[in-house]
This record gives sequence, structure tokens and C-alpha cells, in this order.
Amino acid sequence: MSSPTMFGPRAAVLPRTAGSSNVNGRKTKAAIIQGILFVATAFAILVLAALIWDITSAGVTWLSLDLLTNTSSRRAENAGLRPALLGTLWLIGLTAVFAFPVGIGAAVYLEEYAPVNRWTRLLKTNISNLAGVPSVVYGLLGLGVFVSLFAAGRTIVSGALTMALLILPVIIIASQEAIRAVPPSLRQAAFALGATRWQVARDHVIPTAMPGILTGIILSISRAIGETAPLLVVGAAAYVTFNPTGLTSRYTVLPMQIYEWARRPQQDFQDLAAAAIIVLLALLLMLNAIAIYLRQRFSKRVNW
Amino acid sequence: MSKRGVGSIIRGGCVGLAITSAVLLSSSPTLAQETDLSPLSGEIVSDGSSTVGPLTQAVAEEFNALAPNVQSSVDISGTGGGFERFCAGETDVQNASRPIDEEEIALCADNGVDWYEFEVAYDGLTVVTNPESTFLECLSIDQLRTIWQGEGGAQTWADVNPEWPAETINLYGPGTDSGTFDYFVETILGDDEIRQDFTPSEDDNVLVEGVSGDANSLGYFGAAYYQENQDILKAVAIDAGDGNCVVPTPESIQDGTYAPLSRPLFVYVKAASLERPEVAEFMRFYLNEASTLASDVGYVASPAEVYTTDLENFESAVAGTGTPDSAAVAGTPEA
Repeated sequence: MSSPTMFGPRAAVLPRTAGSSNVNGRKTKAAIIQGILFVATAFAILVLAALIWDITSAGVTWLSLDLLTNTSSRRAENAGLRPALLGTLWLIGLTAVFAFPVGIGAAVYLEEYAPVNRWTRLLKTNISNLAGVPSVVYGLLGLGVFVSLFAAGRTIVSGALTMALLILPVIIIASQEAIRAVPPSLRQAAFALGATRWQVARDHVIPTAMPGILTGIILSISRAIGETAPLLVVGAAAYVTFNPTGLTSRYTVLPMQIYEWARRPQQDFQDLAAAAIIVLLALLLMLNAIAIYLRQRFSKRVNW
Repeated sequence: MSKRGVGSIIRGGCVGLAITSAVLLSSSPTLAQETDLSPLSGEIVSDGSSTVGPLTQAVAEEFNALAPNVQSSVDISGTGGGFERFCAGETDVQNASRPIDEEEIALCADNGVDWYEFEVAYDGLTVVTNPESTFLECLSIDQLRTIWQGEGGAQTWADVNPEWPAETINLYGPGTDSGTFDYFVETILGDDEIRQDFTPSEDDNVLVEGVSGDANSLGYFGAAYYQENQDILKAVAIDAGDGNCVVPTPESIQDGTYAPLSRPLFVYVKAASLERPEVAEFMRFYLNEASTLASDVGYVASPAEVYTTDLENFESAVAGTGTPDSAAVAGTPEA
């Protein structure tokens, strides 16, 4: 695009001379490539469809209101996942409360305030690395810091703090990219009118970047809701008889309940696990839908 | 080490009393509780074996119906992982698919955690193979040792019995964190090393899949997983050394003829927790109902006299006249 004089004439001339005799060959090649790309896409979709079909065919007959309102039971027909469902909602809610302000705050600082130097670059690189750390490592960190050192015990607040740590890098990176995409002219205009850095960030940068930030939040919530490994380490129980009652309550979550049912010997419980997976997917889609709705609303508000 | 656990030996004495109260016990209808449990509140935290977990869950489920304000939770960190927490004083109740070992006894003692041991049910470790196998009907303990030992373990069926085909044996077994693994290794191999080239999984359903999809497979797990998958698995009868091949059934597991792979399942309770009424009532309920609930979750009830001695021991513990089982083993490690 930047150097039409270098490639323009060649691109225009070469195919015409060589191609007139080889047009069929090139067309065949293009068709083959298209076929390969289609197979690649179809394969991915097929696997996903098979997975969903497998789960639905096993679990759909177990879907009922009782599944949502009962506690777990040794009898599959009485078993429900109310404590797990409420536990997941509590955990995700608390995680959001801990992670979103910190994550967005860190992104605003890194993009708007931090001096551009070696340290800032090092910090940014390390945040990207943190996003790739296996989740069980965060579990061990949470066990050491929140459960033991802060003596929060194996409670819902320890789990939520651990999950918040887990999703922070994703939120920070996504928010940073959204903030970076805000045109500098917008900031310059505001600065020119005498706005302080905070006023620029609050009134112009963050609102403009909000749709992008919300995308990051959607991704991070999706990650947190299906996580089991770190919660296994920081002590989500496999079976509880009660709803979460507060920050220091013991708890279980949907993925734990699914794991616990799937490893039972009885086929009924394995089908029940499939039904629980459907509930988890539905919950995930619902939360994503809310986030997408919010993103649409924020994008409409931006007009310059 | 004893297969019946330390507490059972200590309490061996009172069989006469046991039989009379067993009769009394069995005459009272199950799940009927004389005392009103609904005013109880508090929290009961348990962890440990994933084998015993379902039984404790079933008890917690029924107990919760009577005492809705008590918050019970059951974790499944495995017998070993559970004992670490139990001996750190973090949990009230520890589920165990093997007796507490010497290191764990010492750890509990160091942390000042006194405990009681109760046997709550029986499980028969079942050795399984693929239903296509035509020759494999019965294995002796010596043959199992030949197959599973670390040094010079049998590679093909012909190494076990010259009449069998020279096909490679593919082994499946529970992972090293489980009490099932500990029990099997100790029973079959004693102090010898187990071979490393078997397919391990903490999820017994994965083992079921593996064994059923492999014509030359051999694996082992709790009886419940065999009972639920009889159409795709074949149980191998076990010859304890007397020439009799015994198939694991609820009867042969309970009466002890399926030996030595029948194992008792235990629940350990922190002595200090028994001073809390909700834990004491929970354990009383557990010991009264375990025999009924055990079969619901795929296990076999222990003999009636086991529950009777359990209950006697429990009542004296609650009354403050009992000696914790931890005190009885202190300084006298198991022979």
C-alpha cells in the first residue's frame, strides 16, 4: 500500500504475461486451497457440534426445574445443583468486583500515566506472560497467600480473590488495547482545552474504549466460569448441603459439581453431569449476552 | 500393617455385648431419630477419600434433612491429601479408604490432633479384564504379584501362565494419591515396588473405558465401578492361596471369603470436634445409618458387630470417658 511504485507495475504486468497460458492452473490451485480452508473450518465446527450433540443427547432428559432447585443427592433423580449454581454466581460476582476496577485501573495507568521507558515495557511484557500461566499455578498462589497467609480459609472470598488474580492479565491486556485504539487527537483536543489527565481519561478515553474493555471482560468471565483447577486447590468443596451465605461461606461451583458427578460409577450421574454442563453453557451464554448488550449500548454512545 | 485398622483391633473385646445391641439396633427402623435435630447449627467440614466421599455425602444428605441449619461439606482430596488437612486440624471428619499410616499418626500427634477411628463399610477391590478374554477367569495373589511387581514384572500373559497367549498385558490402575492404590500395592506387593508402566487415572470411569476398550487389559478399582459396568467388563476371581477362586459379590465381600482384596472403609473424627453437638450428632447418625446407606452408594455394609463396637466407642467418646484411638497408637506404631 505504501509503495505502489515498487510493486504496482510488476503486479499488474506479470500475471498478465505469464497467466494467460496458465489461468486454468491458477484457478484449480485457488479452488483446492479454498477446499482445504473449508475443510479446516468444517472440522472445527463438526467437533464442536459433535460435542454439543453428545452432551445434549445425554443430558437433555435430565433438565428440569428440580435440577436447578435441589441440592445434590445420592439418588440421581433427586439430585440438583442449586448450591453449585449459586456458588458460581457468587464467585463470578465477587471476582468481577475485585478484578474489574483493578484491571481497568492498571490498564489506564499503563496507557495514560506511565512514562514510556524500559520498566514500563518490562511490566507490560510480564503481564502478557502472566496471561499464559497455567491456572493451577494461580490456585497454588491463592492457597499460599489467601487461604494460609491471610487466613481467609477455604471460603468463597479466597476463591474469588484467586479467580480475580487469574483473570487480571486478560482484562489488563484487553483494556490496554482498547485504550490504545482511542485516537490521540481526542486526547490532544481535551488537553488543549485545559483538561487534566484524569479528566481526559474519565470523560473521553475510558468511555470511548469501553466497548473494547467490555470485550475483554466477556473473555475473562468466560474463562473464570469454567475454571476448576485453581478452585480445587483453594478448596471449593465437592459437595455442600447449603447455599452460600456470605463472604466466609464454604461453597461449591458448577464445574466442581460436574466433575463430582462425572466420576461417579452410575450412568445416571454421568448423564446428570451432561445436564449440568448444559446449565453451565446456558449461564455462560447468558452472561455473555448481557456483556454484549452493554457493549452495544456503549458503542452507540460514542460519536465524534 | 493390619487390614482392619488400629481401632478395630483395640476394640476387639466386647462381642457379647455387641450381639445384644446389634439385635436392638436392627429392630429400630432406619432413618428414625428419637432426638430432635432441627435446633442444631454450625458447620461440619470433611475431606478425604473419593471412595468414601459418596457415603459421607449420602449421610450428610439425610442428616441435613433432619438438621437443616447444619452446613455440611464434603471434599474429595484423596485419602492422603485429606489426612494432611485432617492432621493440620482443618477438618472435622476424614474419609479414608485405608487405615491412617505411621507418618500421618506422627503428623496428627505433632499438631495435637486427637482422633477416633470408625469403620463404616466394606468395599471389594475388583480385578477386571476385557469380556473378550477367554482364558482369564481366576488369578492367584502370586500371579497378581508377578504381573504388578516393579522388577521383572510379567510382560505377556504367557509369563504368568505358560498356557496363556504371549500377548502383551496392558495395565490400568488408580493414581498414586488414592487409598485404593495404597491398599492394592500393600496387599499384593507388600514392601516391593510397583511397576511404573501402567496407565494411571484418578477417575475410575477412565479406567473402566480403558479396560473395556482393550482386549489384553487388566485393571482394578472399587466394586461399585464393576457393578455399574458389568456388561463391558469381566471380573476376575481371586485365589487367596487356598486354590479356591472367589468372585467378588456383595456376599463374598461382606463375609470375608473374597480375600484379601476386601477392604474396610473408615471415617476418622477429630476428638475436639466431637465436643460440638452438631458433629457428635452427625457421627451418631452416621454410625446408625451407614449400614443402610452403604448399599445405596455401591458398597457393602460391615458386619453388624462392627457398627456396635463403633457406637459404643463413640458414646464413651462423647460422654468424655473414651480414650482417643490416637492415644492408643501413640508410641506403639503398628506391627
